[in-house]
Amino acid sequence: MKKLSLSAKIYLAIVFIVLYAPIFYLIMYSFNSGGTMNTFDSFTLEHYQAVFEDTRLLVILINTVVVALLSALVSTIIGVFGAIGIVSVKKARLRNTLLSLNNVLIVSPDVIIGASFLILFTMIGIKLGFASVLIAHIAFSVPIVVLMVLPKLLEMNTSLIDAAQDLGASKRDILTRVILPYIKPGIFAGFFLALTYSLDDFAVTFFVTGNGFSTLSVEIYSMARAGISLTVNAISGLVFLVTIIVVVGYYFVTSKTKRKVGDRA
Amino acid sequence: MKQLIQATIAILLISGALLYTTKLLNVSGGKTGKDILTIYNWGEYIDPDLLKAFEKETGIHVIYETFDTNEAMLTKIEQGGTAYDIAVPSEYIIEKMREDDLLIPIDHSKIPNLKNLDPYFLNLPFDPHNKYSIPYFWGTVGVVFNPEFVDGTDFDSWQDLWNPDFKRQVFLVDSAREVVGMGLNSLDYSLNSKDDHQLAEAEAKLTTLAPNVKAIIGDEITQLMVNNEAHIALTWSGQAADMLSENEALDYAVPQEGSNLWFDNIVIPKTSKNVEGAHQFINFMLSAEAGAQNADYVGYSTPNDAALALMDPEVVNDERFYPDEEQRDTLEVYKNLGPTYIGIYNELFLRFKMAIR
Amino acid sequence: MQTKTSKGALFPYVIWIALFVIAPIALVGYYSLLDLQGNFSLENYKTFFSSIYLKMTLSSFWYAFLVTFFALLISYPTAYFLTKTKYKHLWLLLIIIPSWINLLLKTYAFIGIFGLFGPINAVIEMFGLPAQQILFTDISFVFVSVYIFIPFMILPIFNALDKLNPTLIDASRDLGASSLTTFRRVILPLTMDGVKSGIQVVFIPALSLFMITRLIAGNRVITLGTAIEQQFLVTQNWGMGSTIAVFLILFMVIIMLVTGQKNKGGRIR
Repeated sequence: MKKLSLSAKIYLAIVFIVLYAPIFYLIMYSFNSGGTMNTFDSFTLEHYQAVFEDTRLLVILINTVVVALLSALVSTIIGVFGAIGIVSVKKARLRNTLLSLNNVLIVSPDVIIGASFLILFTMIGIKLGFASVLIAHIAFSVPIVVLMVLPKLLEMNTSLIDAAQDLGASKRDILTRVILPYIKPGIFAGFFLALTYSLDDFAVTFFVTGNGFSTLSVEIYSMARAGISLTVNAISGLVFLVTIIVVVGYYFVTSKTKRKVGDRA
Repeated sequence: MKQLIQATIAILLISGALLYTTKLLNVSGGKTGKDILTIYNWGEYIDPDLLKAFEKETGIHVIYETFDTNEAMLTKIEQGGTAYDIAVPSEYIIEKMREDDLLIPIDHSKIPNLKNLDPYFLNLPFDPHNKYSIPYFWGTVGVVFNPEFVDGTDFDSWQDLWNPDFKRQVFLVDSAREVVGMGLNSLDYSLNSKDDHQLAEAEAKLTTLAPNVKAIIGDEITQLMVNNEAHIALTWSGQAADMLSENEALDYAVPQEGSNLWFDNIVIPKTSKNVEGAHQFINFMLSAEAGAQNADYVGYSTPNDAALALMDPEVVNDERFYPDEEQRDTLEVYKNLGPTYIGIYNELFLRFKMAIR
Repeated sequence: MQTKTSKGALFPYVIWIALFVIAPIALVGYYSLLDLQGNFSLENYKTFFSSIYLKMTLSSFWYAFLVTFFALLISYPTAYFLTKTKYKHLWLLLIIIPSWINLLLKTYAFIGIFGLFGPINAVIEMFGLPAQQILFTDISFVFVSVYIFIPFMILPIFNALDKLNPTLIDASRDLGASSLTTFRRVILPLTMDGVKSGIQVVFIPALSLFMITRLIAGNRVITLGTAIEQQFLVTQNWGMGSTIAVFLILFMVIIMLVTGQKNKGGRIR
C-alpha cells in the first residue's frame, strides 16, 4: 500500500480539526464556573458533579442511548432486507416507486413525521413512551440504511451468486455466506448513520414521547428558552469521552485478536 | 457473518444492562396513578428544589416533562396519550385551549394562596375570573440595548429602532406576533389590530426597518446579546432579565407607545388523572416562599405579591421588570386573532423576513 | 424459487412502508386539501404558486445544491485518503462520532466560534484585520450545513472506494494513463454508485433544512423546511404546511428519477 503524501495528511488533519472544533468548544465550557456558554469565568468541576447528582438526567441519558442502539439495530435489519428485496425487483418502474417511497421520510420535515406518527400511535392505541419512541426511531432510520446498503448490492457481481448456486449452495447459504459478507461495509455504514439519526432527533421524539419518558434532545431543546445549563455540556463531554474510549478500545482489541487468529492459521 | 452476529448480540446485551440500570435509578417504579403528578413545562422553568420540596410535603411523586413551544405542547395535549396534570402555556394558547374545551376548571376554594397574587394579574380577558388558569410568570416585550454603543438613545419610542445609525445592529425575535405587534405599536395602533389598512401600513413601516435588521433569531438571542454580537434586540422581558444578569452593560426599556403584556399561566389540562394533586401543586407554588424561591431561580417577574416582600428589594423595585401602574396602562394582552388573522400576521411576517435578505 | 426468498425479505420492509410511509403521505395529502376553516379546497395549492413560495423553492434548491456540492468536494478526497490510512476503519468511525453529539449544542458552539469575539475573529484580528461578520451570512449557513452532512457523504463514497481493486489502477497506470485520466476513466465510474447514494442522502434532506436557517443564518436564508415548520408550529396552518410538504415529496421523486439507477436491477434474484 502506498503511503499518504504530506499534503494528504494535512488535508485530513484539517477535516478532523473542523469536525471536532465545536465539540471541544462545548467541552471547554463544561468547565466554566460562569454557568453559560457566553463568557469563560474560571475553571470548575461542579457541572460534572451535577451530572452524577441528577438521576433524572442520567436516566434520560441512558434512555437516549438505549433507544439509539436498539432502533439502529432493528432498522438496520429491516433496511438490509428491504434493500435486498428492492434490488431483486426486476421492473424498473416498481423499483423506482419503492425507492421513492423509501425516501419520503428523509425529505419530510420532522414536524410532519412527528405529528403523523403521533396521530397514528394514538389511533392504534400504542402507549406513548419508550415503545412509541423506539418504533418511531426505527421507522425514520430505515431509509438511510437502505440508501447505504444499496450501492454495495448494486456493485455485487452476479457471477458470485451464480457460482455459489452452481456449487450447490442453498438460498440461506447464499444470503449468509455471499451477500451479507459482501455488503457488510454498507450494513455498518447504515447502522452508524441510523445511530446519528436517532441521537440527533428532537421533533419526532417530542411528539411521540410521553408518560415521563424523555431523551436528551427533547431535554436540551426545551431548555433553550430559559438557557441551556452547562450540566448538558458536561454530560455531552462524558458521553463523547466514553464513546471515543469504547470505539478505539474495541477497534484495537478486535484487530489484535484477528491478527492472532491469522498467525495461527 | 460472524462479526454481524457478534455485533447484534453485543448491542442487545448493552441495551439490556443499561435498561436494568435505569430500573435501579428510577425510584418511581410501582407507584399508583393517585400518587403521580405529571407536570408539563418549559425546560429550566422551575426550581427543581421546589419539586423535591413538594414531593416531600405531599408524598406525591412528580414526573417533569418539558416542551419548547406552546403550539407543540398544544398538539400533544390535544392528542392525549399522556396524563398531563399541570401545564404552563402562554395566555393566547390558554384562550384557544379554553375554546377547544381542553382545560379543567380550577376550584378556587382549594387554593387559599390565591390571595397572594396581585389582583392586577387576575381576571383578564383571556380567562375571565381565572376559571381555568393561574398566573405563573409575566412580562413585557421591549428593547434590550447596550448604552455604550447607541449614542444616548433610550428607546423611549419604537421609532428609535429606525435610526439610520443602527444599520445591521438590531436583532428581532423570530415570532410574528411580537414583530408585527411592534410595527403596529410604532404607528400607535393596537397590537391586536384586525384592520387591513393598519396592517398594510405596519408592513410598509416594517419593510423600512429591514436595513437595520441583523438577524431574526430565537432563544439563542440571549447568548448573542450577552456576547455583544449586536447592540439592540427586540425581545421578551424574561430573556432580557437573563441577558442583563449575564452582561451588566445591557439595559432594557419598554417604549411608551405601548407594548405587549404576556403571561405564562398554570392550567390543569383535560388529560389530568390527578386533579386533586394538581390543585395541591398550584397552591404550593403560590405560597410566598415558593413564589419567591422560584422567581429567584428563573429570573422572570412573578405575579405573587406576597413573594415580592421576601425577595431582594433591588430586583422588586426595578421598574424595567416590575413597571409602575402608569406604564402598565400602555400594555396590551394578546387576543386570540382567530385562524384567518393569525394566518395574515404570519404571511406578513414571512414577507418581512424575505425582505431582510 | 430464488425470487420467492428475496421477496420474502421484502416483507417487513413493505409493512414498514405501509405503516410509516403511507400514513404520513395520506395525512399530508389530506391536510393539504383543507383551508384554514377546515373546508376542502385547492386554496393552499393556489397560494403555493404565489411569488413568495416559488422564490423560497428556488432558494431551497440553490442552497441544497451548494451544500451538496461542497460536501462532495470535501468528502471525496477525504474518503479517498482515508482508504489509504493504516487504521482506515477506525478513522472512518472517528469521522462519524462528532455527529452523535447533540446538534443544537454544536450549533450553539458554532455561534460562539463564529461570533465577533469568537476564536476565528481572534485569529483574523491577529493578522491586523478588522473582525468580520461571519454569523448570519450565506457562507456560515453553507459551512454548518456541510458540516452536518459530511459523514453522510463520506460513508458511501468510502465504501465504494474501499473495495476498489488496486490492480485496476495499476493497470491503468501501466497503460500510460495520467493520474487525472485514471481518476476520470477508472476510479470515478467505479465509485459512481457510492457518490450517487451520497448525493441523495445529502441533497434530499438539505431541501428541508430548518433549524440552521434561524440559528446560523438568522432567517436571512429561508427554505421550504423553515416555511413548513412555521406553518405547523406557529401559524397552526397544517393545510399550508402539508401543501409545501407535498411539493417537497414531488421534488424528491423527481430527483430520484434523475439520479436513479437504470436497468441495473435483477442482479440478485
